[in-house]
Amino acid sequence: MNPEVMHRLQFAFTVTFHYLFPQLTMGLALLIVILKTIALRTGDERWDQAARFWGRIFGINFVFGVVTGIPMEFEFGTNWAQFSRMTGGVIGQPLAMEGVFSFFLESAFLGLFLYGEKRLTRTWHWLSSVLVFLGSWLSGFFIIVTDAWMQHPVAYQINARGQFEITSFLGLLTNPWAILQYLHNMCGAVITGAFVMAATGAFYLLEDRLQEYARIYLRVGVTVGILASVAIIFPTGDLHGKYVAHHQPVSIAAMEGLFHTEKGAGLVLMGQPDETTGQIDNPIVVNSVLSFLIYGTTKAEVQGLDAFPRDQWPSTLPLLFYAYHIMAGLGTYFVAVMALAAFLLWRNRLWTSRWMLWALLLSFPLPYIANTAGWMTAEIGRQPWLVYGLLRTGQGFSATVSASNTLFTLLGFMGLYTLLAILFIVLIYREISRGPGAEAHVLTTH
Amino acid sequence: MMGVLWFWLVGCMIVAYVVLDGFDLGTGVLHLFVAHREDERRMVVQSIGPVWDGNEVWLLAGGGTLYFAFPWLYASAFSGFYLPLMIVLWLLVVRGVTLELRNHIDVGVWRALLDGLFALASLLLTIFLGAALANVIRGVPLQADGYFFLPLWTDWRPGVHPGVLDWYTVLGGLLACAALTLHGALWLSLKTSGEVERRAARLVPVLWTVVLVLTLLSVPATMAVQPATLVNYNRYPVTYLLPLAVLGSLVATLLLHRSGQAFRAFLGSCAYLACMLVGACWGLFPTLLPATTGADRSITLNAALSSPYTLHVGLLWWIFGISLAALYFSISYTMFRGKVGSHSRLG
Ligand code: HDD
Ligand code: HEM
Ligand code: HEM
Repeated sequence: MNPEVMHRLQFAFTVTFHYLFPQLTMGLALLIVILKTIALRTGDERWDQAARFWGRIFGINFVFGVVTGIPMEFEFGTNWAQFSRMTGGVIGQPLAMEGVFSFFLESAFLGLFLYGEKRLTRTWHWLSSVLVFLGSWLSGFFIIVTDAWMQHPVAYQINARGQFEITSFLGLLTNPWAILQYLHNMCGAVITGAFVMAATGAFYLLEDRLQEYARIYLRVGVTVGILASVAIIFPTGDLHGKYVAHHQPVSIAAMEGLFHTEKGAGLVLMGQPDETTGQIDNPIVVNSVLSFLIYGTTKAEVQGLDAFPRDQWPSTLPLLFYAYHIMAGLGTYFVAVMALAAFLLWRNRLWTSRWMLWALLLSFPLPYIANTAGWMTAEIGRQPWLVYGLLRTGQGFSATVSASNTLFTLLGFMGLYTLLAILFIVLIYREISRGPGAEAHVLTTH
Repeated sequence: MMGVLWFWLVGCMIVAYVVLDGFDLGTGVLHLFVAHREDERRMVVQSIGPVWDGNEVWLLAGGGTLYFAFPWLYASAFSGFYLPLMIVLWLLVVRGVTLELRNHIDVGVWRALLDGLFALASLLLTIFLGAALANVIRGVPLQADGYFFLPLWTDWRPGVHPGVLDWYTVLGGLLACAALTLHGALWLSLKTSGEVERRAARLVPVLWTVVLVLTLLSVPATMAVQPATLVNYNRYPVTYLLPLAVLGSLVATLLLHRSGQAFRAFLGSCAYLACMLVGACWGLFPTLLPATTGADRSITLNAALSSPYTLHVGLLWWIFGISLAALYFSISYTMFRGKVGSHSRLG
């Protein structure tokens, strides 16, 4: 067994599982602020009740995000010791700031938001929802600053001991890659929240109960959903793609499955890249579109994989290609579904269009897939580098931890997380089938 | 200078973590003993429910601060203690989930299972935390490249190639377990009422005696395992006040508890934990991780320190951020002050 592979597998498994929860946390945090704001403005109790229901879901989801996030923080040291030692002075900074600035904020005000409603005035309760939102979005920002520095290192120098150190704190926080990645990623989180909310509304309407709440959820979910679905493609996805093409040309070539440098390169919509022959099997290609997307003209030359030495190609090339195409394909689908639903909503026909409600209900897992695929694109695309162009993945892992020790802990995580997933599904299913308005008859811990 | 400052700032964050998360861990250890009926268990869980997550963030924030201020230490220690740390992570996962979700389950059997797991995870965590600290005091077999890897146990004797568990670290684990359980018992007698409060209060003198005996035992044990501990104390004899403060606060805790001053007794136990940790840090300083393989391999403050610019900027946001955190904590603890289930309960 190769220890490097084991460390990567464990990290990938635990972080992918972790991110299933924060994406809903961040998405719902925004939607709850919207519900609370309307409640505050109109004084309509139903909107408060609607927000309370999502508060309960949020609370459960948050716990899973917290407990799966704690291992992530430690795995930098346990599994990537050499990387930590060399880059700690840079990326330890945003990681520590995440704890100090966002987790303290979030944990303190979530307690007040969930269990302090009777004690707080309406305005204070609204404010605590805003602070929870702020905390969760800040935590997303700091972690993305960390990741963005690994994708596109800025504002650093290498000291006499061979360690990276920052030269400009502001430069680190305003890394253009981080800003683009953050905007794109937050749209992804909002899409998850919006689809989950809309699907819940659709579920109640199809079940023929809780119509009032169902309409609130559909209205908010679809409105926010269409905005975020458009924004994730244009401008954020488009800009992000251009930036990647500029700074990681070999990654974009692999993502697009472009083996040979071409003028007027076509966009491969589907196909199976074959690394040995350097061809795409069963391709469906739209001519010249790739050149246009990257350079704004159909004639431009795009560098293919053959322009780069083999040892710089991303190591799991087909997976990268599929992940990227799944993300982009689902992104297109989201715009289509949400645009249709928004149209029906506008014509006041959504409530009775059962086929549309079914489509919304069945779509809720897809944003999770798209977000996971997006991260796989980013992280596999970065390979074989840990810090792009500077530190190879093979130089970063903990050499003292043997492959068999890592396998042992990876299996442990898999077992534990399987149990967590089952527990999560049971609890969320119960909350959704009870629905809003049901007084929480069980006492909560807070 | 910066190095000394960051050494003590990280030290303070560890103290904050142990003092704060300590009482909810201790509460977890006692959960099954002090609360038998469902309403009693709810009361116990509610006494820590709104605050435990915030308390645990001190571990994350402290870990992150250690990471950027002393990257080498973070890298070496975290990979070297790989297995025990992973076990700690699993215990933290189990503990968080069982604590938060027991009240969302209405089936008695499942709830009993979650309660049992919560108590067990809390108990093991207190032992592991103590053992971790004892490992750092005893030292680890650092290789020439600055890394090491510790097996869980070898022959149970501290030496050049010890395991994570040997008689000294087990002693440390038991001491931490007793001290945090006492801390939890004092918290419960402060926050709960009725039978639960009485049971917790009755446990205090017993636990106290155990803590006293183990504390006294730990002194010669530490001298034997890590003779360098006394160097700093002998150089600045005034710092012998620290061990005196440890004993003083321990005695005060019991006296205050006897006279029914629950809040002050709890503060006494906070002071005891803080003095113990500061005393241990002082014994180490300026070493961060001693090597059993020869003092020249020890990881020292200056060798592990980040660049001056990193530390300067860090100081600015750290002060700002921790002040904000202190503000949130005071809001949260004020809102949830008083006994659980009485007038000041929220919700
Ligand atoms: C609902 C989720 C979702 C959807 C529909 C899309 N994306 Fe995305 N994408 C993400 C969620 C995401 C993400 C999870 O947020 C990523 C991973 C890392 C990151 O910051 O954002 C990401 C990364 C990411 C990257 C960076 C890859 C790298 O760093 O190497 C590019 C170029 C795109 N996306 C482009 C697009 C385009 C052109 C889309 C539309 C057709 C699109 N994404 C839809
Ligand atoms: C939630 C979002 C994330 C997901 C789903 C994700 C996913 C992945 C995946 C799939 C890999 C394996 C890639 C491979 O082995 O080829 C990986 C590796 C890694 N990622 Fe991420 N990642 C996420 C966020 C982050 C962040 C925020 C950081 C840094 C702060 C990070 C740092 C790393 C590191 C250190 C590795 C291991 C080295 C490597 O294989 O590249 N990841 N991640
Ligand atoms: C290697 C990468 C990561 C690390 C080290 C990490 C660390 C953590 C930790 C320690 C927590 C628990 C906080 C608490 O106790 O309150 C947490 C939760 C959270 N994380 Fe991550 N995380 C990672 C990836 C990500 C990514 C990529 C995002 C988003 C873009 C993210 C967003 C959040 C959010 C919003 C929370 C709080 C809400 C929740 O727990 O659901 N994390 N993370």
